[in-house]
Parts: sequence; structure tokens; C-alpha cells
Amino acid sequence: MLTVLLILIPLITGLITFGTKGPGAKVLSLLSSLASLVITVIAWTQFETAPDALQFTVDWIPQLGTQFNVGMDGMGLMLCLLTTISFPLIFITIFSRDYERAGAFYGLMLLSQAGLIGVFTAYDALVFYMFWELALIPVYFLCSMWGGERAVPVTFKFFVYTFTGSLLMLVGIIYIYSQTGGSFSWAIFTSNQLSAAEQSWLFWLFFVAFAIKMPVFPFHTWQPDTYEQSPTPVTMVLSGIMVKMGLFAVIRWLLPVLPKGAYMWQEAAIVLSVIGIIYASCIAIMQSDLKRLIAYSSIAHIGLMSAAIFANNEQSMQGVMVQMFNHGINIIGLWMLVEVIQNRINTKNLNEMGGIATYAPKLAITLVIVSFANIALPLTNGFIGEFLMFSGLFQYNPWFAAVAGVAVILAAVYMLRMLQKVIFGEANAQTAAIVDLKAGETFAIGVVIAVIFVLGFYPKPLLELVNTTSLLVNAINFK
Amino acid sequence: MNALISTAVFGIVLMFTGLFVKNRQHIKYYAVAGTIIAFIANWFDAQLVTNGTVILHNMVEVSKFSVLFNAVAIATTFLYFVLCGSAFEKAGDDVADYFALVFFILSGITLSGSFNNLLMLFLAIEIISIPQYILAGVDKKNLKSNEASLKYFLMGSFTTGILLMGIALVYGATGTFNIREMGLGTGDLSPLALCGVILLGFALAFKVSAAPFHFWTPDVYDGSPSVFTAFMATVVKAASFIAFMRLFHVSFAGGNLSAHWQLIIALITATTLLIGNFTAVFQQSVKRMLAYSSIAQAGFMLFAVVAMNEMAMQGIILYAAAYSIATIGIFAIMLKLKDYTFEGYNGLARKHPLLAVVNTIFLLSLAGIPLTAGFFAKYFVLSAAVQQGQLLWLVILAVLCAAVSAYYYFRVIIAMYFKTGDAETSEPITTGFKSVLVVGAAVIILLGMFPNLLLQFL
Repeated sequence: MLTVLLILIPLITGLITFGTKGPGAKVLSLLSSLASLVITVIAWTQFETAPDALQFTVDWIPQLGTQFNVGMDGMGLMLCLLTTISFPLIFITIFSRDYERAGAFYGLMLLSQAGLIGVFTAYDALVFYMFWELALIPVYFLCSMWGGERAVPVTFKFFVYTFTGSLLMLVGIIYIYSQTGGSFSWAIFTSNQLSAAEQSWLFWLFFVAFAIKMPVFPFHTWQPDTYEQSPTPVTMVLSGIMVKMGLFAVIRWLLPVLPKGAYMWQEAAIVLSVIGIIYASCIAIMQSDLKRLIAYSSIAHIGLMSAAIFANNEQSMQGVMVQMFNHGINIIGLWMLVEVIQNRINTKNLNEMGGIATYAPKLAITLVIVSFANIALPLTNGFIGEFLMFSGLFQYNPWFAAVAGVAVILAAVYMLRMLQKVIFGEANAQTAAIVDLKAGETFAIGVVIAVIFVLGFYPKPLLELVNTTSLLVNAINFK
Repeated sequence: MNALISTAVFGIVLMFTGLFVKNRQHIKYYAVAGTIIAFIANWFDAQLVTNGTVILHNMVEVSKFSVLFNAVAIATTFLYFVLCGSAFEKAGDDVADYFALVFFILSGITLSGSFNNLLMLFLAIEIISIPQYILAGVDKKNLKSNEASLKYFLMGSFTTGILLMGIALVYGATGTFNIREMGLGTGDLSPLALCGVILLGFALAFKVSAAPFHFWTPDVYDGSPSVFTAFMATVVKAASFIAFMRLFHVSFAGGNLSAHWQLIIALITATTLLIGNFTAVFQQSVKRMLAYSSIAQAGFMLFAVVAMNEMAMQGIILYAAAYSIATIGIFAIMLKLKDYTFEGYNGLARKHPLLAVVNTIFLLSLAGIPLTAGFFAKYFVLSAAVQQGQLLWLVILAVLCAAVSAYYYFRVIIAMYFKTGDAETSEPITTGFKSVLVVGAAVIILLGMFPNLLLQFL
């Protein structure tokens, strides 16, 4: 029941928020997101004692044999945790801002939260598909209505990309459904008897959908534009949580349902991911736009995670799962600071920045910490995940690990270059007038930094949480 | 059967209301009452068929399926009258006659789901078509309307010829008009029968505006008064599909014959999807876009004809409901606007937020986005085709076309929400109109979450 509650709270409050005017919207959505966080923490304690209680099943459309089946395993819980931590942080960061048509803005944000939680908890393919799309539609409207000047065409491209991918996945779902005797349940999907030849092409129907969402090269072209043009809170949702939908879907749906297909195309998927890592890192180095730089860095990081997933051994899988959480936290921290900087000095061009360290020391220090976490410095949360992923990838094939490893160096190059341009160097009239972090912003970024260090020193709870899932995935007969 | 009688009788009644009712606005209420009575009459039919089908003189067969389809058709006509009824007056002077003609079409529609004999099929199609030729041309002073009417009439009569020829050939091969007794699905295949079936297929493909028999559609839909286009493109089209399915499902399914016509219809489906979707992208007026989109949607409905299984039957019912409600809703809103181009919608969200939201829900449904009825409609027909086997290429083509369709449906959404403009309505929007639209949107979402609400009656 807790799982259903976790979907219903943002869904219902989101619909109510639509009707509210003025500051009521942001207060209500903050309260709603905090309530979701509390429920997730309760769910966590329940997961430790009685995990079965988190499952919920009820008949939905008897004609199709589909059930509203939601529940949580370790990975699902971890991603719900990521979602429910991120939303209050996002709402706190933007609390002082007043959006035009605030009711609709916050309402759509909450609806996308409901969609995300639904995706992470669905154990029925049709339910999964519904939530997959439900998460997309509000984000489409958010980006288009509150985004930059090119937001409408850019977001439309994003929509068409993801919608096409989703539809292909739908064909795959329908096909597997027709072969498994009329059920969408995850358990039945995973025990299908599809031949290797069938799995081989079904793999691409699913993979393209997930690769677009992550995004993996060459399906990534929507991403930098969309991140750049979206309002920053939406970019946080997109880059912090929504890209994890793709990774999550590969682990939950692609590998267990189509193990033979995945085995056949494993190498191709890794090659695409590795190309993406190097390619995105190189572009990130050349960027002069702060938002685009972070967008490309995100492609590189996700590329590594996707390569590690397909390496499919215990270490790489554990690495990916903890990194899904850590990357989410880090990138949201990074976007928070970008949002602050951009709001204060009204530019996102790196060449027009500089000297912030002198005038806004708190901002500068936090930016350094989050950036270091983002390049996975030891003792920050990013390290453990990245270490596990590289080690898993190395086990699979040292060459892939070596090429992907170049990304670590490239990441250091672009992040340090970014830091140098933003906070050091000569200040100009605009950056000299910058106001340091305010109370709410300090609190939000403080939470992020606390998580960065706590998980950097002591990642065990997180590793334990995802342990069962990674073992389960590894137990799949991959050949 | 009751539905057939009541709609025909009410058609005649409405013809006389023109003589006796002086206030033309009141005629709409009589028509609305007529649909309610027809719905109740149809409900009595439902009681009759709880234990199976009822066959009347070997001519008409009332089944659960036909009763359910009649209910959908009558309910959507009710919605159509309530939302668009006041626009009848603007189309021309003889308001009562227009309503009467719509009722006659409706009686043809009720026959299209329950004919048991090829002659009845012929009658159903002609009863549906002839009033439409008239309705297309009621705007007598408008050249485009005249052209639409004439074009529709000429093409329609031509098709009638093909249809008759097909019936004659099939009769020649089997010696019967009764679709249950033809038994074309079994045994050896006679060339005569095959030719007949193909001619019938072509004639029906014309009626549902499937490519390459679609050329009349955009001109006729564009030229006819919009209020009648709304009806032609929705309920009527769904009925033609039901007739199509019934004929092929009952008498031509199975054996050697199926392999032939299924291939032909699969190719027609592919062409329809490609032409409908890609041409819709380039339209500048929403009305023409909807005309092409109706071709595109016909492509999806054709999946039900190709697949011909249990799921296809469920799918076509759901499709009829989802597509008709959404399109009637969009037309109703369009009828209130001054400008039918995409620019005419600019800024509608600011001026009339409710209209924009409801229109968005309808458009999302047409695009097949989950949580709207359109999603399950598409889902069922595509599933039916996958179940049938060997049609996966067509299904993948269809989903790619669905992605293309998002482009032109979203153009309207983009215009309403993200473009600045002053979308002007030609008349004030009443609360009653808004509430009916909201009910329509609610039905779309309810069916999008629980398609079973409708399918349980099957």
C-alpha cells in the first residue's frame, strides 16, 4: 500500500495544485514532496523487515490480463529515494522564485514525479509503459512553457524522439505479450521461452527506447538542446532522475526479459556507449555554455553507466546502481548552483564569468565540492560507483575499460576548466555584484554535500540496498 | 432492430418539425430527444440478445456486438448534436431537414453492424451515403461546397457500381446473398468469387477513405460545411468500418481466400498510413489536417479488418468510441473559432484555458498517448494484428506513423499554448457547451484508464 501511496500523493496533490493560485502552489507541492519523502523512508524500514508488504496487485483490465502490479525491490526503492529526495530539494531551491502560472508549473512537476515513481515500481509491462509516458507528457509542457526562447522546437524534438522510442517498445511489449499467453506480469515476461532469433530483434525495439532516454550515442542529439532550453528545475528532473529511467529499464526489463538478445548485442551496446563517453567528453571540453557543458558531461557519465550495465557482472552492476543514485544527487547539486549563478548574473556563457570565488565564497566552495564529486574524487560519493563500474568493465574486456578510462581524465579537464572560468580569474561588473547563497539555497545544497560526503565515506547502506537486485540480475542465464 | 426503427421514424418526425416548429433553435432539442429515445430503444435490443443473437427473416442479425456499436454510434451522435447542433443553423435554412438527414444516416449506421445479407449491406451503405451527398452541398452559395457535393456524389455512385458488381460476382460464385451461407472461407477458390471479394474490398475501402481510394476525402471534408464534416469523419466512418469487418469476418474469413484479401488489405493499410500521416504534416488548415488525419486513423482501423480476431472486434468498438468523441470535440471547438488555420489557435490557452485543455486531451487521444482512450484503441488493433501473426512489419510501420502523427496533432497544442496570438471565437462560449466538452474529455480519460467500462458489454 505504501507504494501506491507514493504514486497517489504527487498525482492527487499535483491535480489540486493545478487549481491553486499564488504562493499556495509552491507550499503545497513542497509539503507533498516532503510527505513522499517520509513515506519512502518508512518504505525503506519496511523493506528491511518485510519487503513483501511493499507489493500491491489488483486486477486492472481483465480482457488483457493486465494487473495494476507495483512493488519495490532494492533498486526500485533506491530510485524512489532518489526521486523523493530530489523533488523537495528542487522545490526548496526555487522557493524564492515566482513562476508565471505557478499552479500549472508545480502541478506538472508533481505529475512527473508520480510518473517517475510509477516507472520505478511497476511490475507489469503495461503499467510500466503507461507511467513511462505519463512521466514524459508533463515534462514536455514544462519545458515548452517555461523554457528558453528556442524551447518549443527543441522540446518538440525531445518529445518526438522519446515518443518514437516508446512506441517501438510498445510493439516489443505487445509481441512478448502475444507469445507468453496473455499476461504482462514481470514474472511471466522474464520466464518467456522466446527463441534467440526473436530476442535478437526484440532487443533493438527495447534498446532504442531506453537508449533515447538515457541517452546513448547516437540517440543523444535531443539532450544538450533540451537541457539548455529547459527551465533549470525541469533540467534537474530530466538529468537527475529521468535519465535513470533508461538505465533502470535496461536492468529491470531488458536484461531479464531478453537475456539472449542482450548477450548477442552486448558488445554493440558497449561500443556505442564508449563512443558516447569519449565523444561527449570532447565536446564538453570545447563548450562555452555552462548548461551545455554539464549536459554533455552527463552524456559521458551515463555512457559509462550504460557500458557497465552491458558488461553485466556483479561488480559493474553494483557500480551502476549506486552510481544511478550518486549521479542523480551530484548533477542536481550542480544544476542548483548553475541555477543560482545564472539567475544572479543573467548569463550562462563561461567567457562572461569569473572571479566569483572572491565575491561569493560559499557558492564557489560548494561548486568545487560538487564538481569534484562529479569527477568521482575519492571520498566523494561518485568514487565508489565509478570504481566498481571500471573494475566490472575491466573484467569484461580491458580494452573497453581503458578507452572508457580516458573519460576520467577528460572529465577532470572539462570540470576544472569550468571551475577555473566560473570562480577564478578576473571578475567583471556583473560577477562582482553577485549575491552569495541565500538560506534556502544553502540548506538545499548543504543536503546535497552531506549526501556526497556521507556516501563517500560510508557507501555500505546503499550497496546493501541494491545488493539483492544486482545478484538477481547476475543470476540470469545470459547466454 | 428497435434502434433501426426508432432512428428511421425519428428522421421522418424531424422532417415535419420543420413545418410545425417555428423557432429553429428548438429543433435541436427534438433531435437530442430523438437520440435519447433511440438509445433507450437500443437498450431494449440489448435485453433481447443477452442469450445470443436474434435473426430477423435472414436479413438482419442483432447481436451483442451490433447493439454495442449502435449504442456507441447513438451516444456519439447525441454528443455531436449537443456540441455542434447550434451550428446547423449557420449551414443553411432547412435546419429540420439536416437533422432528419442525420437521423436517416444513423438508421443506415445501425444496419451496417447487423446486416445478414448482401442486399442489406448495399442498402445500409446507400442509406448512409445519399444523405451525405446532400449534406455536403447544403451551403448552396459556396462553390467549394457545391464541388464537394458533386465530387462526393460522382465518386460515390461510381463506387456503388463497383459494390454492386462485387455483390453480383459473389452471388454468381456462391448462389446466395446470405453472408452466413456463402462459405467462401472453405473449399476451393473460384476466380469469380475472388474477383467479387476484391471489388467489394475496393468499394468499402473507398467508403472508409483508405488509400489509394482516398482522393475525394480532403476536398469533400474541406468543402462541406464543417459541422457536417464532423459527422462524416467520425460516426459514419466508424460505421463503414463495422460493415467492412462484418462482411469480411463473417463470410470471407479462413482458407485460401483470406490469404489473398488479407495481403491486399495489408498493402492498402500501409499506403493509407503513409499517405494519411505524411500529407497531414503539410496542411495549413486544421480542418484539412483533420481530413488527412481521418485517413491516417482509417489506416489504424484497417488493422482490425486485417486481423479479424476477437481482439480486433474489441479494438474497433473502442476505436469507434475514442476516435468519434475526440474528433467531434475538436470539430466543436473549431466551429467556435473564426480562423481554421493553425494560426487561428494561437494563444487559445490564455483566452479560453478550458477549451485548450479539453482540446489537448482530445488531440492526445488521437495521437494515442496513454491514459486516453486513443491509446487503448490503438493498442487493441495493433495487438490484434500481432496476434494474427506475420504482420509485424505493418505494426512497426504503424507505430512510426503514429510518431509522425504526433507532429501535426502537437502543432495545434503548440499553437494553443506556446504561441502568442488572439484566438478569436465567433460566438460566446456558453457554460453548457463547456460542461459537455468536459464530460467528453472525462469519458476519453475514463476509457483510457478502464477500457473495460465499454468492453464488458461485448
